[in-house]
Amino acid sequence: MIRNFCIIAHIDHGKSTLADRMLQLTGVVDARQMRAQYLDRMDIERERGITIKSQAVRLPWRGADGTQYVLNLIDTPGHVDFTYEVSRSLAACEGAILLVDAAQGIEAQTLANLYLALEADLHLIPVLNKIDLPAAQPEKYAAELANIIGCDASDVLRVSAKTGEGVAELLDTVIAQVPPPSGNPHAPARALIFDSVYDTYRGVVTYVRVVDGKLSRRERVLMLSTKAVHDTLEIGVISPEPVPTEALGAGEVGYLITGVKNVRQARVGDTLTSAASPATRPLPGYANPKPMVFSGLYPMDGDDYPELRDALDKLRLNDASLVYEPETSTALGFGFRCGFLGLLHMEIVRERLEREFGLVLISTAPNVVYRVVLESGGESIVTNPSEFPDGKVAKVFEPVVRATVLAPSDYVGAIMELCQSRRGALLGMEYLSTDRVEIRYTMPLAEIIFDFFDQLKSRTRGYASLDYEPAGEQEADLVKVDILLQGEPVDAFSQVVHADKARDYGLAMTARLRELIPRQQFEVPIQAAIGSRVIARENIRALRKDVLAKCYGGDITRKRKLLEKQKEGKRRMKVIGRVEVPQEAFVAALSTEQAPERKR
Amino acid sequence: MPGQPPDGEPVPLDGRLPDSAAQRLGGSPFGVYVHVPFCVTRCGYCDFNTYTAAELGPGASRASYPGLAIEEIRMAGRLLAGRAGPVRTVFFGGGTPTLLPPEDLAAILRAIDAELGLAGDAEVTTEANPETVDEGVLARLRAVGFTRVSLGMQSSAPHVLKVLDRVHQPGRPERCVTWARAAGFGHVNLDLIYGTPGESDADWKLSLEHALAAGPDHISAYSLIVEDGTRLAARIRRGELPPPDDDVLADRYLMADEILAGAGLGWYEVSNWAVGGESACRHNLLYWTGGDWWGVGPGAHSHLGGTRWWNVRHPASYAGRLAAGRSPGRAREVLTDAQRMTERIMLTTRLASGCPVAWLSPAGQAAARQATADGLASSRALASGRVELTRTGRLLADAVIRGLTG
Repeated sequence: MIRNFCIIAHIDHGKSTLADRMLQLTGVVDARQMRAQYLDRMDIERERGITIKSQAVRLPWRGADGTQYVLNLIDTPGHVDFTYEVSRSLAACEGAILLVDAAQGIEAQTLANLYLALEADLHLIPVLNKIDLPAAQPEKYAAELANIIGCDASDVLRVSAKTGEGVAELLDTVIAQVPPPSGNPHAPARALIFDSVYDTYRGVVTYVRVVDGKLSRRERVLMLSTKAVHDTLEIGVISPEPVPTEALGAGEVGYLITGVKNVRQARVGDTLTSAASPATRPLPGYANPKPMVFSGLYPMDGDDYPELRDALDKLRLNDASLVYEPETSTALGFGFRCGFLGLLHMEIVRERLEREFGLVLISTAPNVVYRVVLESGGESIVTNPSEFPDGKVAKVFEPVVRATVLAPSDYVGAIMELCQSRRGALLGMEYLSTDRVEIRYTMPLAEIIFDFFDQLKSRTRGYASLDYEPAGEQEADLVKVDILLQGEPVDAFSQVVHADKARDYGLAMTARLRELIPRQQFEVPIQAAIGSRVIARENIRALRKDVLAKCYGGDITRKRKLLEKQKEGKRRMKVIGRVEVPQEAFVAALSTEQAPERKR
Repeated sequence: MPGQPPDGEPVPLDGRLPDSAAQRLGGSPFGVYVHVPFCVTRCGYCDFNTYTAAELGPGASRASYPGLAIEEIRMAGRLLAGRAGPVRTVFFGGGTPTLLPPEDLAAILRAIDAELGLAGDAEVTTEANPETVDEGVLARLRAVGFTRVSLGMQSSAPHVLKVLDRVHQPGRPERCVTWARAAGFGHVNLDLIYGTPGESDADWKLSLEHALAAGPDHISAYSLIVEDGTRLAARIRRGELPPPDDDVLADRYLMADEILAGAGLGWYEVSNWAVGGESACRHNLLYWTGGDWWGVGPGAHSHLGGTRWWNVRHPASYAGRLAAGRSPGRAREVLTDAQRMTERIMLTTRLASGCPVAWLSPAGQAAARQATADGLASSRALASGRVELTRTGRLLADAVIRGLTG
């Protein structure tokens, strides 16, 4: 009498609202306790309207046949950076609701997650949401969905998560169509860990889907990969707050608290079994995700370095995909080179560090990982552009992705032009319906991580959606551009760019720094260089006047306080050679919002 | 006294000095500053503590001011009891001191002598706006004991005077110099301002030449400072006037230094030039060399033995405090040794005589060597243990001082 399902949807297509209605309709949350996006626990999730961590919640529902069922809704993140988390959630389900906005149609990321669901053999229930909107075109998008998943347009359900219309019918359909779990209740226990969350008060909370057998509160558990045995402190289900139970049986979804202190000890994808009568064969797990995007994170105030280190350690308890190692920048001091799944992941980590730990950070422009083959035959993996080898480079390889763009067919020209300008190679194009197309490109990841998405949105009036997945690497004509102040290279500004774009990058960066760095007592040349070859140059003229004309009896206190304040400000300046660069200049120059090399 | 006064600790009701200051009394030369907070109109660039008749409101008037000032001087006399030493310099500033009749200024000066003891060779200066004095007034001022007069000339270009809201006719300041000389003043200063919106290089050169032709023995030349909250700042913000340009100000400063030096006036402080050591303003030098002074009047700052305080700003509150027998001090600060040293470095570095390297921390000494290497301080002076700014260095004095006090 169990059904495990998830909801696949694009951001803003109403997944959290639908989950909210299900919570209400099944009586799990009453009207008084209800708040929007009930399952999104982090402030940041609520504010951005996205889900970062998956959640699972148990919903009781009396089916049309009068039987009492238990529905486990496993929430999935909706962003490309978190595909890995999506696939984890999918492995715990037998069915998926494919939720699409009836006014917008399917988006690229939804399509990608849909393919993941199909690969995982999940039963799909296509649903159009927001049918109450005046702009809804349910006929059109039902046909589109039917075309994509190969069903009949009449099979596509229509709901309004906002008003609740059609939601009860949807739950009935889940019962009717999603297969019940098929594990063996009498075999030795096997449970798949699909999430591990660090909780300040309770330690690591491990979310599991029991496949075979039973996990009981009174039994110790064994992690099959590490052979580590842990006491079971608590076992339970989420409904929607944790409710302790005696046991979790085959097919059930719930949580375990074992006293584990670090999410790495309860690794996602691992199989959990009973220590007393253990299973021998693990469940199929999943590979750990590799970081795709790197950036240096530095405390604005160098004294905060230990706080940053502690904060990263704490975040990592909860985020197995975050990697970092200490690095030193001559310009920015002590910090960390951090690897992220993607740009959103990077933004979220940074925002959480600032918000939850009160840190003020400078982050360097994001970059990808380069594999550099040296003339000597040696090879180096470069995650920090300033460490890109100078000279003697035989070949450079950069990661590429398969990018999928979904958009109204009117914008095909604009999208192709953008992709070509970012070194994209067209793989194919298909019409999803009469006026919507899917365009596939192979592109260097480096070309995507700056402002590609913003550009795509602005050139398609917001109609295009993007998804991408790693697709290996390619050799490319890449060079490192260094930025020099008064002849001193500023490591934080080094960037690896395609040779054809190096000059544009150099010109834009030097011009930008000329505006951002205040005049000094001496002339400051700003140069962009590839090795020893200067490709762009600007000049900051020397400051000629820095003196207040008057300083009489009544001015002295004020003047001394001003001097003390200026000295404090000077202490916070980063000094490169003899050039004093205010922090704000670094922040502005490194901001990806107006990445200078993208100026056309 | 530009701007809002800084925060500080309260001043005791009776104005008593802290022990640290009382113990140091007499250790430094002593002067008196008298702030006369009245003007006929307020100039658009000015943020000094001054009031037009309309702004004064009830409880304060020009007529009652001399009595109040004398009351504060008596309070100073009681508190200091002669221990600060004779008064070597007196400076009447404003505002416009010469809006008061010479007899009122004379009464205040007599009270200073009676209560605090005026030295026989005391320098006694008053500021004067050219339109408020004539031959007769200047002669009376000289007769009651003034030895020096400082005239607000600002510019000789009519359009510049207009932007500055100065009401005197071009040529009047120069005539005042002649009258002052005739009255027997040995020391006459002209104040000039450069960099006013609309002023050209030629306007500035002409102003300097006109000022020199009048024959003062001292010239102060200030770059225009656009202070927050002034009418001038608002006009610039609205785009009615262009803001002063630092490079233009630097050029004008160099012009001034060249022309004044050529006429025999040497710089002795960043913005001050005099014919010789005897013509330098002793009162201002007292500020710049860590001397003691009592500041009389609304908003006036005082400094005695490492304690600085400042009076309430409005003439009516000032009057109220004195009527109640209370100190008019609004707040004070007792300087730490480190703060005293910072101030001494900050002020003496602006002087031609410079700052002893021995006062500097190791970091400050390194900064002194760097400034010298950069051509901002004299290498000859450094060799003899002093930091003395070069002409280029004077224009970057604040930057040099940040290094020296680092």
